Amino acid sequence: MNSVFFLILRRMRAPLIVLVLIYAVSILGLSLIPGIDPSGQPTRPMSLFHAFYFISYTATTIGFGEIPAVFSDAQRLWVTACIYLSVVGWTYSILTLLALFQDSGFRLALATTRFRQRVSRLNEPFYLICGCGETGGLLMHALDHMQMRFVVVEINETRINELELEDFRTDAPALIADARPPQTLLMAGLAHRKCLGVLALTNDDGANLAIAIAARLLSPSLPVLCRAETAETAANMASFGVHHIINPYEKFGEYLALAMDAPGCHRLLHWLTGIPGRNLLEETIPPRGNWIVCGYSRFGRSIAENLEREGVGLTIIDPSPAVTSIYAKNIVGIGTGAETLLKAGVESAVGIVAGTDSDVDNLSIVITARELNPKLYVVLRQNQKANKVLFDAFAADLVMLPSETVAHECLAILTAPLLSRFLAVVKRETDAWADTLIERLQARLGNEVPTLWSVRLAASDAPALHRALVLDRKSITLDCLLRHSSRRDDFLACFPLLALREGREQVTPDPHFRLEAGDELLFAGTAEARMLQALTLQNTNVLDYVMSGREIPGGWIWRALSPKNAGSS
Amino acid sequence: MNLEKVIFGFFIVLAATLNFGFFVGDIDVPHQHHVYELFAAIVVNLIATILKFGDRTQIGAVHLATSLVADLQLIAAAIGWGVAVHVTGEGMTPSVTAGIVSLSGGAMLANIVSVIILIAETVMLRR
Repeated sequence: MNSVFFLILRRMRAPLIVLVLIYAVSILGLSLIPGIDPSGQPTRPMSLFHAFYFISYTATTIGFGEIPAVFSDAQRLWVTACIYLSVVGWTYSILTLLALFQDSGFRLALATTRFRQRVSRLNEPFYLICGCGETGGLLMHALDHMQMRFVVVEINETRINELELEDFRTDAPALIADARPPQTLLMAGLAHRKCLGVLALTNDDGANLAIAIAARLLSPSLPVLCRAETAETAANMASFGVHHIINPYEKFGEYLALAMDAPGCHRLLHWLTGIPGRNLLEETIPPRGNWIVCGYSRFGRSIAENLEREGVGLTIIDPSPAVTSIYAKNIVGIGTGAETLLKAGVESAVGIVAGTDSDVDNLSIVITARELNPKLYVVLRQNQKANKVLFDAFAADLVMLPSETVAHECLAILTAPLLSRFLAVVKRETDAWADTLIERLQARLGNEVPTLWSVRLAASDAPALHRALVLDRKSITLDCLLRHSSRRDDFLACFPLLALREGREQVTPDPHFRLEAGDELLFAGTAEARMLQALTLQNTNVLDYVMSGREIPGGWIWRALSPKNAGSS
Repeated sequence: MNLEKVIFGFFIVLAATLNFGFFVGDIDVPHQHHVYELFAAIVVNLIATILKFGDRTQIGAVHLATSLVADLQLIAAAIGWGVAVHVTGEGMTPSVTAGIVSLSGGAMLANIVSVIILIAETVMLRR
């Protein structure tokens, strides 16, 4: 506020002095000019007080109809001059003020000040999102859906303006600024005590690196999620201990390999890390056989490496001869024409990856390829989110949108700390195991992406349960966390995925699992189930009811009066 | 020579001198304290205050503070005069005059501080 206030004061100096002078001269004049009484005799001039009163209501053009006495002509002459003078004075002041508000520098100062204030007043946990491009946008929607707060720093003004049009539950503080300078990050709450983590998602690897370094040095304990598109940046970030580095191209390559190895696991993974509101993917299995990869860029390279590891025959199509010479079978060209595709053996291939930087080229490649071989398994790279309609119309088997891949990864890390452990388990498990789990989850929760949450059986997260376990030494099973908090015969729409005790994992624990203080649990379910479960965890009376089926007297007196064994049975 | 500095110094010193002019004289004798001098002191003080706006240095802040104190006391004195003469009809009795003049005395102290700061600033600059 300070800088804005001083800016206004400094700019308003001249008009204010002019106003004071006009007032002073008008009042002085009016207090010197004699008046006239009804009989035409001159009277004493107005006193300073009356003059001030008269000028005050005249100068502000309020034109209060109260005249102390009929004026003499000399007074009228002077007041005429005063009226014009004061109008000029006020107009000058107001115009200066308006010009100041129009001034882009002033508006920036105002916006920055407001942003700083709003961030410092945040008293809920929030994430700091740097760069709200497509990935940032997806994540904001996901965080909003999870009722998490966030602060946005974005360099592009139009993106910020678009942000204001989106219907988020909460109004997120947003700043138009380059996120690289540490001052910007500090202002956006990097060192704020409620900041949960920093998401560096700009489309510039250099900026992401700068954000990561700033976060590492200024708030070392804060988790940092960084998008890195090249291996060098990723290595650089890893060298100073960035917790989570996300390379969308590499991730997608891994997923494709996983989908080939264990399609169920891939489906489960995609579902659990999905963007809230989306549905479970249809099952598609990338076939083994000869594959064609068009475009050997970062994306194509990652795909090719992962496919090769799966033992799949590869043909590369790329315009640059230097690149394609790495692989035995390669064609120089783009792949949009039938001739190149035929040369690459499209008729005998089982799958094609269209991975160039251009959406139009990618679509052209796959349309031609499908015409030549309708059974092809098509993997499409989509670069622009805006082209979604076209990609939907084509109905590829797998579409890779870098921004979505990054968003998926971020969500997996942000939603529940235990999820990454569970996902590691999923990646190791067999296809059949994953299919069974999907069926069980689907039966309980439906097709939509479930809400995931972790629970720590500690005094802070689950006071009631922790107390019952530690102080009352009760034996409690997982079952009581799965029951409805007011109708205990009903089960909540939630599913335990993982239990962690002293570093040992128990995957999909059953209801008879005995709970111990300090356990960490991962659940999938609906937001409502999460809320009801929190009630059981936090409220002793609810917990007692869920465990015993009896309503326990709430107050201390009633509890003391009721039979002794009521609470401890 | 800097014209801005001349104007700045001029108004600060003028505010102090006008204030002194109103203050000087027996404290409870109305005819020794002319109301126009109070009027002039208020106007010049207001201008001096506005001239001090927007200076973000430490010394600038103290400057502004002293001026605001002087304004406050002088305006209080003016209101006292207005109430006594026009509202209650009591007129400039010795007790009313003493009140107004002592308020302006307080303002004068603030103005003297302002002048001292001005001198200190100048001395620091010239060394």
